[in-house]
Amino acid sequence: MSSFLDSALNINTRRVWHPVFRQVGLLVLVLPGASLFLIPWLWMLSTAGKETALIWKTPPVWIPPVYHWENFIKAWLQGDFAVYYLNTFYISGMNVIGILFSSVLAAYAFARIRFPGRDILFVVVLSTMMLPRQVTLIPLYMIFSELGWINTFKPLIVPLFFGDAFSIFLLRQFFLTISRELDDAALIDGCRRLGVLFRILLPLTSPALAVVAIFNFTWAWNEFFTPLIYLDSPKLFPITLGLHRFIGRAQIDIQFLMAMTIVSTLIPIGIFFLTQRYFIQGIVITGIKG
Amino acid sequence: MTVHSGLSDFLKRRITQRTEDVLTAYLCLLPWIIGFLAFTLGPLVFSLVLSFFQADLFTRNIFVGFGNYVDLVQDPLFLKSLRITAIYAFVSVPLGAATALAVALLLNQKVVGLGVWRTVYYLPSVISGVAVAVLWLQIFNPRMGLINNALKVVGIEGPSWIFDSTWALPSLIIMSLWAVGANMLLYLAGLQGIPTHLYEAAKIDGANVGRRFWHVTIPMLSPTIFFNVVISLIAAFQFFTQSFIMTNGGPNNSTLSMVLFLYRKAFQQTRFGYASAVAWVLFAIIICFTLLFIRSSSLWVYYAGEERDE
Repeated sequence: MSSFLDSALNINTRRVWHPVFRQVGLLVLVLPGASLFLIPWLWMLSTAGKETALIWKTPPVWIPPVYHWENFIKAWLQGDFAVYYLNTFYISGMNVIGILFSSVLAAYAFARIRFPGRDILFVVVLSTMMLPRQVTLIPLYMIFSELGWINTFKPLIVPLFFGDAFSIFLLRQFFLTISRELDDAALIDGCRRLGVLFRILLPLTSPALAVVAIFNFTWAWNEFFTPLIYLDSPKLFPITLGLHRFIGRAQIDIQFLMAMTIVSTLIPIGIFFLTQRYFIQGIVITGIKG
Repeated sequence: MTVHSGLSDFLKRRITQRTEDVLTAYLCLLPWIIGFLAFTLGPLVFSLVLSFFQADLFTRNIFVGFGNYVDLVQDPLFLKSLRITAIYAFVSVPLGAATALAVALLLNQKVVGLGVWRTVYYLPSVISGVAVAVLWLQIFNPRMGLINNALKVVGIEGPSWIFDSTWALPSLIIMSLWAVGANMLLYLAGLQGIPTHLYEAAKIDGANVGRRFWHVTIPMLSPTIFFNVVISLIAAFQFFTQSFIMTNGGPNNSTLSMVLFLYRKAFQQTRFGYASAVAWVLFAIIICFTLLFIRSSSLWVYYAGEERDE
């Protein structure tokens, strides 16, 4: 158990340091960075509960004498945040349903069935992950506007019912970890190929389905670019566009803006804390950012 | 039953099983294949074609050959966005990788409250780019913002950050470091995959801390570093949300990214042909750097179990 920092702390003496000193030394290194990462959060929380006069005070007051919780309610009512929240839940939920449906099927074919063209098609899946979306953006916009889909949720939802490269890749990796002998046994017993998927593989890979669902829900929740392109009317806005619209309002108070920024992050943060293990597992397996 | 008919029976069953397999496979892949053709390959070809046209939203389409590309090379605003995007990518990615690696090395130690520290570093990566941008917009506020207030304590009059054309791009780069958590997690996973016996062997051979870091940690981690840097570069070339929300490309276009330039041409001026050419230049740049990186990887990425000819 000796990695380089371990010994960085006892570079002169070959003796093992007292564990307490070691801990103190490590904390001296960890704490400054951790505070830098934490301070923006604390500042946001503190600012959200302030009254206007206190915001412009220098040096800043970290703990306002009265924390104005009503800022959250006032800001919530000033914007149309209830609408934004519902829209975001709807879009993210539909994304998860669409992706699970299409990607489970594709991943199963790639992981389990031998068929001509499999390897080439899989390379195609992987390469679409690298494709910058701006390259297909303009034709897609033109197609969707021909179909009359501009300013509807359809461009944000329908394409995901046709597969998502990242989710296909992730599910395939999970399927590969399950012994193929289970499939073979079921096939010999007269089970059909799709039966193998639904009766044997899916029950065993529910953690993988959870990872895919969690990731895609969070991504859809945080998505800004696609809704920005396709949605015009505020009553369809997801929370990201709503927050952007909120800044655009003249004379918006900073405490209200911070309050709603906090509100917009509650769902992703909540999901992260509730499903930490899946979250980290998914990131580590696929190497893709969360 | 003769041996012969038994064999043909067996073959028949195998053939039907194979046909069923192929049919099932393509049935399973059908949604993805349709989606790939309709939402990826089709639009990809379409956008390449479009980049050779002067095209507004279905009003007039005039073939201009390489005209759009020639115009791009002479468009000072495009060239500026190219330079800004390059600076952003080539500063923020190495800086982010170094920060993420340093934090990962630290959090690979058995320190008290490890779970708490990992969460603290990771949490900013969970929230949306919009929320991050809105928060940092206030943090960079020259008058009441966190940074200038902190600088005032040590007697420095801070710049106007995102309102100052010299400091705006550096501000966005500083902000990007707040979200290194996802990279940090990947490095952490990589570090935990390094077998400890390598360190012990190096120690017995008398390697000191620095040598162990350079000759064990870095080579063993190089595949992770390679992968992370490629993915981060691709993402950095597409930066948009920060400049769109915080500075709208300003001040004086000092944060005008390529994607923001493309967005304006396509969706504010409806110059779809010109914007498609921008998209293809961006795509070409990303492909070039990714390939360059992959080609160079054999020089510095070490894959365990692979012989090196030295």
